[in-house]
Formats: sequence, structure tokens, C-alpha cells
Amino acid sequence: MAFAWTIVVMVVVLGLCWRFLGSYMVAVYEGRSRWLTWLERPIYRALRVSPESEQTWQRYAASVVGFTAVALLVTYGIFRLQGSLPFNPQHFGAVRADTAWNTSVSFVTNTNWQSYSGETTMSHLSQMGSLAVQNFLSAAVGMAVAIALVRGFTRKGSPTIGNFWVDFVRGTIYVLLPIAFVAAIVFIGQGAVETLAGAAPIHNELNGVSQVLGRGPMASQEVIKQLGTNGGGFFNANGANPLENPTGLTNLLSVLLILCIPVAFTYVFGKMVFSTRQGLAILAVMTVLFAGWLTMAAVAEHQGSPAMAAAGLSDAGIGNMEGKETRFGALSSSLYNVTSTQTSTGSVDSAADSYTPIGGFAMLTGMMLGEVSPGGVGTGLYGILLFAVITVFIGGLMVGRTPEYLGKKIQGKEVKLAALGVLVMPITVLVLTAIAAAIGVGRAGPLNAGPHGFSEILYAYTSQTNNNGSGFGGLSANTPFYNITGTIGLLLGRFGMIIPVLALAGSLAAKKPVAAGLGTFRTDKPMFVGLLTGVVLIVGALTFLPALALGPLVEQVSHGFF
Amino acid sequence: MQDVQVLDKSAAGPGAPDGPRGVVNRRSLFDRQILRQAAADSVRKLDPRVQIKNPVMFVVLIGTVVTLIESVAHPSVFTWLVTVWLALTVLFANFAEAMAEGRGKAQADTLRRTRTETDARRLAADGTEERVAAGDLTTGDVVVCQAGDVIPSDGEIIEGAASVDESAITGESAPTIRESGGDRSAVTGGTRVLSDRIVVRITAEPGQTFLDRMIRLVEGAKRQKTPNEIALAILLAALTIIFIPVVVTLQPMASFFGTQVSVVILIALLVCLIPTTIGALLSAIGIAGMDRLVQRNVLAMSGRAVEAAGDVQTLLLDKTGTITLGNRMASAFHPVGDHDEADLAEAAQLASLADETPEGRSIVVLAKERCGLRERDLGPSHTFVPFTATTRMSGLDIADRCIRKGAADAVKRWVGEQGGTLPPELDPIVERVAKAGATPLVVADGPKVLGVIELKDVVKQGIAERFAELRAIGIRTVMITGDNPLTAAAIAQEAGVDDYLAEATPDRKMQLIKAEQEGGKLVAMTGDGTNDAPALAQADVGVAMNTGTTAAKEAGNMVDLDSNPTKLIEIVEIGKQLLITRGALTTFSIANDIAKYFAIIPALFLTTFPQLHAYNIMGLHSPTSAVLSAVIFNALVIVALIPLALRGVRFRATGATAILRRNVLIYGVGGLIVPFIGIKLIDLILTALHAY
Repeated sequence: MAFAWTIVVMVVVLGLCWRFLGSYMVAVYEGRSRWLTWLERPIYRALRVSPESEQTWQRYAASVVGFTAVALLVTYGIFRLQGSLPFNPQHFGAVRADTAWNTSVSFVTNTNWQSYSGETTMSHLSQMGSLAVQNFLSAAVGMAVAIALVRGFTRKGSPTIGNFWVDFVRGTIYVLLPIAFVAAIVFIGQGAVETLAGAAPIHNELNGVSQVLGRGPMASQEVIKQLGTNGGGFFNANGANPLENPTGLTNLLSVLLILCIPVAFTYVFGKMVFSTRQGLAILAVMTVLFAGWLTMAAVAEHQGSPAMAAAGLSDAGIGNMEGKETRFGALSSSLYNVTSTQTSTGSVDSAADSYTPIGGFAMLTGMMLGEVSPGGVGTGLYGILLFAVITVFIGGLMVGRTPEYLGKKIQGKEVKLAALGVLVMPITVLVLTAIAAAIGVGRAGPLNAGPHGFSEILYAYTSQTNNNGSGFGGLSANTPFYNITGTIGLLLGRFGMIIPVLALAGSLAAKKPVAAGLGTFRTDKPMFVGLLTGVVLIVGALTFLPALALGPLVEQVSHGFF
Repeated sequence: MQDVQVLDKSAAGPGAPDGPRGVVNRRSLFDRQILRQAAADSVRKLDPRVQIKNPVMFVVLIGTVVTLIESVAHPSVFTWLVTVWLALTVLFANFAEAMAEGRGKAQADTLRRTRTETDARRLAADGTEERVAAGDLTTGDVVVCQAGDVIPSDGEIIEGAASVDESAITGESAPTIRESGGDRSAVTGGTRVLSDRIVVRITAEPGQTFLDRMIRLVEGAKRQKTPNEIALAILLAALTIIFIPVVVTLQPMASFFGTQVSVVILIALLVCLIPTTIGALLSAIGIAGMDRLVQRNVLAMSGRAVEAAGDVQTLLLDKTGTITLGNRMASAFHPVGDHDEADLAEAAQLASLADETPEGRSIVVLAKERCGLRERDLGPSHTFVPFTATTRMSGLDIADRCIRKGAADAVKRWVGEQGGTLPPELDPIVERVAKAGATPLVVADGPKVLGVIELKDVVKQGIAERFAELRAIGIRTVMITGDNPLTAAAIAQEAGVDDYLAEATPDRKMQLIKAEQEGGKLVAMTGDGTNDAPALAQADVGVAMNTGTTAAKEAGNMVDLDSNPTKLIEIVEIGKQLLITRGALTTFSIANDIAKYFAIIPALFLTTFPQLHAYNIMGLHSPTSAVLSAVIFNALVIVALIPLALRGVRFRATGATAILRRNVLIYGVGGLIVPFIGIKLIDLILTALHAY
């Protein structure tokens, strides 16, 4: 029952976010909201950009890539030099080169795949100056790219798609910073730790045990890791750690923080193309997929595991509690993990490795759909719009007209770019998984043998290439092999999509719109919602079914389900 | 082309009994000769240089070679069967394309025979004639043609008039009149002069005549991929590229479990997954679409134009001949003063008896219908007064009567000159008739005004329904007429067009097209005169009438050999049908993959993971029969869909939403279900035959 109320609260709050955060974001990206001009202007001066100037898609893409490269070098530099830099109360030495590299790439690509243990590897400067900063900036980059794509639809015969630096700066200071600031205060109020002090030794007088408790600026980082759909926590432990997620309220708040911007982006899209119904159609697809996957995981986890049944615990009604926090229970944990894996966030509050095969399948396949339900901040919107372009193409042909989306004709170039953006991810995942499964250093990674071990590898690359960052657990990923191959996945997953998306934006912006009529394929109707959902599912199924057959699918039937 | 029936859908539609006259003798889609030729061509097309143009089928060809090598190295009934069926898949695709090309080729051959190597009689500058081969004629040459001659090349008549048999081009056996000056001066090479003598100035370079272009078009020699076809080809290439890593990575992945995967099964999986159905039929659909136009006697200068026709949102239609029958018909008598209808009808009939125009004859007919007046022999003592542009009346002087009918102001003036007076109710009647979109003709007998004949522009039967259908599919119709706005509005309302352009001039037509295009709409129009040429060129789809001038034919991107302006509507439907067929078969092809996965994946890893048998939901007999059934289904479905690809998916004039719902249901949902049934059936047959 409590869970039902959780869902109701979620729907109401997200509905409000959709409408009001969405409309605020439109004002931000259209430059109408100006209350932070005093902060904004000096940044443009420092970056030497003129906020009025516009960029072609090539310039825009070059700015994205250039910015990411610089951010990558700075982050990597801090990791490597942290031993001689301030805010290092525990005197950690330099982070190992391959780990530092993988982590830097992971954070600048909004992935936050963590192959290290934060509290025993990273100084406070690395945590705050590298990881938390990238949590903001990489999120703002994704949001900027989404806005650029939306502009592609709205502009008429325009050679430019906006200015990356303006979109990026405004997204950071108008959207991410204020929400993160307020939410961090709430988290601290709920008991999350926020300090610059180092780890604290604790001695328990009752049982005489002494231990060292990691501390640091956690609440601030916790909040942005959710809001920016980043996912990288302060600790090695997952997001159920009471020092960063102290109460049921913060747990629910985490889910809401993750979902609010991706959901609001569908309003932004609709409003900017002058039809909120178009945005609603996209939101409907996201909701259908999200609800389906949540149901899949929640039902599976609620039923419990065969091991529990064997122990006579199946009637306890608590579901599969292995690897879950008792404060949250099986259902809330499923909600958190499904939310996180479907938004490219990747923070989890329960151990994915310990989920039932179907529960784990839900998390894995949620990512395999391409992180579009609702996906990461900005990335979810541009991801689903790529699928929408393909859907419109096939559907448009079926009504007997040159397909068009929001008045823009979808022709060879658009199909090519959309297909490229959609297909880079599955190809990368499959190839990397195949390499790891076939060679010795790869096979050494998984803890388990057989299908479960294979699932661990498949999950790792799926997570990294989708810029999700969640770990299945059970994989010793902090090896040069996994760090380096993972980095390939991280970069291809990020830029293999961003560059086609920006090229698509440029191509669409240059087109003159065609008038809609009765003969036009409507993209704000249930039929489109159904078709788009179908295309997302079919593309995911066709590309990943054989690989899944070797992992979760065979595990599932081995456990005697179905 | 004043065929009243032409708008009757049963006659104009594709399956009409007397049918659309093809350029040449019509052949059925599955003519035995075409079948035989296509079978031979499908082997010829195995050439890798041909295959590489179609990435999907090229992958199948490569896969076939791999399984062939495997079959030779490790022969088994299973590997050989897979190899054979993969080879058949490629052949079936070739066959579909060859079938589509077949009819065009046959037509081109017939046309070539028409292009006889006749001699031409060229006029030299000094007026002497010399004999030259028709193929040597170039632009500017002047030739003489007499009765019985085949006109050697395209040109304009500069002297004389002749009746010409154009059946070689149009299939229409009734001769047409061609004369110098005006819009009927163009003649086409390959047509035959039936009477008289004409002097023609040649307007085409050798090899560039209308007939040459026509041959190339029906043969498809210059066929270029259209924008939508290119876009779809890219999507299909992407769907092929993605499945290569999906399949190739399976062996390394399986090695995690120490398993070997059969190369033959992997190839079979790949071929089943890539969109072979649409890949095999794609070019056939395009060729067949062009062919359907040729069957309707329309020559599209490019496939692009056909596709654009499907996108058209505004149709500009000339009123005369398209919306109305072209001739005004007498529809009522309005007597004035103390005259009754019979008086008026009698005078009107007399005045029209010698009037051979359709209008004049319609008055005689009306008089008979309304008042039972029979045609009479006038006897010798009468004089027919013909219509002239200055008097704007015609009539008859018989005995002591001078009967006149004509434009209201002209007759009124004439009555005034005769010393008569005008009844007061005349003007209101004239005005009322004009307002209703009809033409009033005033009839006078000497100084007495008898009344008014109402001549109506008769709107073609069924046209309003046709426009309603167009509206349902989102196409706006605009009537173009030289009439005044009042008349135009009345006819527009009766015909049910969405808008009209009255007092149209070529310039205003052009402005209208540009305005529509500015608003993001694609415009189609028909035209035949030289002054239509700029507008034809500006329109996205410009259909020139074959009876029209050379300038018009050059400017448009389609030529209608029947010169039937209503055909624009059919052209739009063919354009849409072409896209729908492609979209529907793509959807079908992709939807099929789900069932194929269920057939092949359990089979693929069954030795390592016998548990995967749980996913064999079709209950297929064995791994080999499962794989084989999927491959056979994949090949047979191509053959099964050839008729659909060649005929096109049925197009219904409903809104986009309804069309989409129907097609998603049939080809999407159907595409999911059909292969489950098909593969199971094939598996049952294979099991019964113990075929492996």
C-alpha cells in the first residue's frame, strides 16, 4: 500500500515538474529568464564567447568535443596529482593511471561508472573538484545537445542551431545549480553528511569493535549525481548508504530528482515546437516503457527468489531481500534501480547482482533500449527523438507521403544520421562483450561462471556504453583491460550519438517546413505512441536477443520460471 | 476526350473492363512470356557487379558462398539444403526485379518497331526536296509530310493542317487534327499523317525525340533512385549492418561457455534477420510504380515526379474539360412578357437548327424534351446568320421572321435597332441566370423579346465525390477558370472544389502556385498551352497534355498521352501507393524477425543450454528443421509478395490515420503473426517428408 502511495506522489510531483520546471526551462533556453545575469555575464567574458553569436552544427559539435576534452584533461590531472594537492585529509596518493583515465572519461561522459572505491581512492579535492563538478557539467552538455536538436525542428532554413556555450552555461547555473542547492539542504536536513573532514574512527563501547567511517562532502554530491542523472556516489557502497541516503524520504527524493529533468524535457520539446501534445506523445512512450519495466522488476522481486522459496520464506511477503536495504524493501528498491537504469543514472540502492533473473533482466534491458525511458538529462530526449525519426520514416511511408516530422521532411540524410545514432550503442556493446568473453583477461573478470558470469560482462559494457554507470556487481572491473575497453564504450556511446544528433539538428534546421494536412502522419496521436514504443522495443530486441539468450534468458529458464 | 464516362470511377479505375489503354498492347502482370524472360534474367542478375547495388541481397549472396564452401567441406543434407535455399532467396529477389522490368521491356520493343527507319523529305532553302534518313534530322530542319507518311521526328507544323493517327503513341485510334499556329501545332515522330499535306519544322535532336525518351522510360534504362527510395535503402543498409555484428559476435560470446556455433546456422540467422523481404522487392516496387503510370498512359520524366505526386497537397484543375464537360448545355427556357415556354422553345429551336456547335445542339435537344418539338426541315427559303465575334449573335432569317439568339447586351441592342421595346422582367432574369453560374442567351423574334435560354456549365458526374475523397486524404483542389468570379463561385460550389481562381491569367496562376509553395505545399497542375509552360515548370508535378504544345511538354515533368486532365487524381494515388507499398513491406519485413528469433535462437545454443528449448514456442521438430524452416519461409515470402509488390498495396482515399491503422494492422501485426504460422507449417512438412 505504501508503495502505491509512493507511485501516486511520484506521478503528481513529476506532473508538476513537467509543467512548471518544463516551462521554466523553456524560458531559460530561450534566454527569457534573466535572474542570474550577474553570474552569467562574467562567465561568458572569461570564456571569451559572445552570447549573441550562433553556431553551425559543426561548430557546436566542435565546442562540445573541445569542452569535453579539456574537462577530461583537468579531471585526469587532479586524479593523478591529488597527492600533492590540498583537501586530502587522508593523504591518498595518485590514482592509478588506467583507473584515473577510465574514471575521468566516465565522469565527463555523464556515466559515472566507478571501478574504484571512492572513500579509499579519492581525495576531497578529487571528489569535489573533479567528480562533483563533472556531475554538473556533463549533465549540462547533454541538456545543451537536446536543446540544439529541438532547435533543428523549430528553425526554418537556418544555418545555425544556437550557441553551445550559452546553452551549457545557462543549463548549469539556471537549472542544475539552484535545484541541487535546495535539494542538498533537504538532504542535510534529513541527516546526510556534509563535511570537509576526513574519515572518522569510531569505537563501539558495547561490543568493543573499532572502525573507520568514511566522511566528506557527501550530500552536495549525492544530490547532483541524481539530478544530473550521473550516478557516481561518494562511496564504493551503493546508494543505500545511510550517510548519503539517510531516510525513506531521501530515497524517494532521489527518484524524483533523477526523473524531474528528463520528464520536464518533454514539455520543453513540446513547447518549443509549439505543440505540447507532441511532447506529451513522447512522454507517453517513455511512461509506457518505464511502467512496463518497473512492473517487470517489482513483480519479480516481490515474488522472491527460488533460494528463499527453498528456505520456506516465500510466504513471508517481503520479496527477494537479498542485497536490499531493509529500510526500503523490495518494491522501493526496484523502483530506485529501475529508475536509475532507465535514466542513464546508474546509482543503485540495492545489489543488482542479487536480483532475480527477471529483476536483473529488467535493469539490463532497460539500458539496452538506449536509455530513452525517460533517459538521462537531455540525452533521453535526443535519444528518443532519433527513434522517433525512424518511426516517422516507416510510418510516413505507410500513409503514402514523404515522411515528415514536425514539418521537416525525413530523407536520406536524416535516416542515415538517426540510424547511426541508434546503432552505435548496440554494435559497441556486442563487440566489446564478445572480446571480453573470448579472451583470457576478459574471462578473468566475472566472479561467477556460466550464464551469470556472462551477464556480468554484458552488463558492464551495456552500462558504460549507454553512459549509465550502474554496476551489476560480481565483475572485477578495475583491471587495465576492463578500464581501457570500458573507456572505448564510454566514448563511443557518448559521442557516437552526440555527433549524429548535432548533424541531424543542423540538417533539420536548414530545411524549410512543409505544411501539415489531413494526409500527414500525426505524431501526437496514440497510434504514433504505439509505433514509437514498438520501434524502441523491436530495435532493442533484435539487436540484443541472441546475447541475452546466453545470459539472463537461459538463467531464467534454468531457475524453472516460465 | 470529352468522354462523359471518364470520371466514372469504374471506368477510370485500374480494374476497368475496357481498361486504360496502354501505350501498346496490354500484357497481364504474369504474362507467360514475361515469366520465362524473367526466369532467365534472374540467373543473369547473379553477377556480383549487379548484386552489390543492393547491399541486403549482396550479403545473402556472400552468405550463400560461405555455406556452399562449408557444404563442400563438411557435406550434410542440412548444409546443402540451407545453401540451396539461400541461393533461391537471391534468385527470387532477382526474379521479382526481372518481372517488374519485363513488361516495360516488352513495351519498349514494340515501340522500337514503331520507330521505323523511314526516309524524310527535307526542304532545302531553295524549296527543293531531298530525301534524308529520319535519324539524320536535326533541330530547325523543315520537312514535308503527306497523307500516308510517317512523321519522321518531333516538330511544329508551320504550314497546313492534317489529320494524324497518333495510335502508335497514345493507343487511341481516332485521328486528331493538327494545324499550324496555336496550341495544336505539335506533331510527334512516329505518328502517321492520314490526310492532307503539312510542312513541319523539326524541334528534336536525333535520339532525343519523344519516342526515344518514351522507350528509355518504359525500359527503365535511365531509372534513378528516388529520394524516398534512397532514404529507405539507407535504412535497410543500416538494418543489414547492425545484424552483422549481432551474428558475428555470437561465436566469441559462445566461446565463454566453450561452445562452437555452426557457421551454417549463423549465416542462416543473419539472412533471416536482415530485411531480405523488402530488400528483394524494393527495386521491383519502384519499377512497377512507373509501369502502372505507363499503363494509365502517363509518362513520368522521372521517378522523383511520381513520388512528388504522392506528396501533393494542392491540385490546380482547369475548369473546362476537367471539372465541367467543357461545353455549356441549355438547361432551361425563361419566357418573358406574354410569351410562353413553347413560343420561346420554338424560336430557340429554329435559331439553333443550323447551329452545329454543342451549345446549339443542346438547345434543340432541350426544346424537344421540354415542348416535344421535333426537328423540322426548313425548306429552301431561309438564311442562316452565323455567330461572329462582332455581332455576338446567331440566328435564322426564315420567311418574314428574323430570329436571333445571343449575348444579352447584343440582342438587346439589336431589338432596339428593330424598334422593339424591352420587357422589364428581362434584366432581372438575365442577372439571376448569370449569378447562378450559367450563361443567359436572349432570344428575339424581330422586335419582340421572347425570353432567355439558360446555358449551364455541366459539372461532370461524380466529380464532387472525387473531390471529397481528395479532401479526405488531405488534398485541396483549386479550380482555375477564366470566368468571372460570380460564375466561378457558382460552379466551384456545385463541383465541391475547395477554392477557385477566377479570371485566371498565366501570371495569376503562377502567383497562386508560388504562394502555395511558400506555405510549404506541393502543387500539381495540368496544362497544354505554351502560356502554361512557366506554371508547369514551377509546379512540383506538372502534367502536360499530349495534345499540347512542345513547350508545355518540355516544361512539365509528366505527359499524359490521353490528354485527360482528370488523370492528375490517379497520378496522385499511384504516387501514394508507391510509398505505402514500400513502407508496408518494410514493416512486414522487420516484424517477421521476431518469429525467426524464436525459431533459430533455441536451435543455435541447444547443445550448450538445453533449457533454451523453453523458448521453442512453436514446438519445432528439431534444431535443423527449425533453422531450415526459417530459411525456407524467408525465401518463399519473397515469392508470395511479388504480386503485391508489382500491383501495389491497395490505396483507399481516407485520412492518414485510417490508412496507417489499416497498414499497421495488416503489415505490422500481420508481419508478427504470419511467420509463426508459416515457419510451423514448413516445419511440419519437412518433418513429414523426413527431408533432412
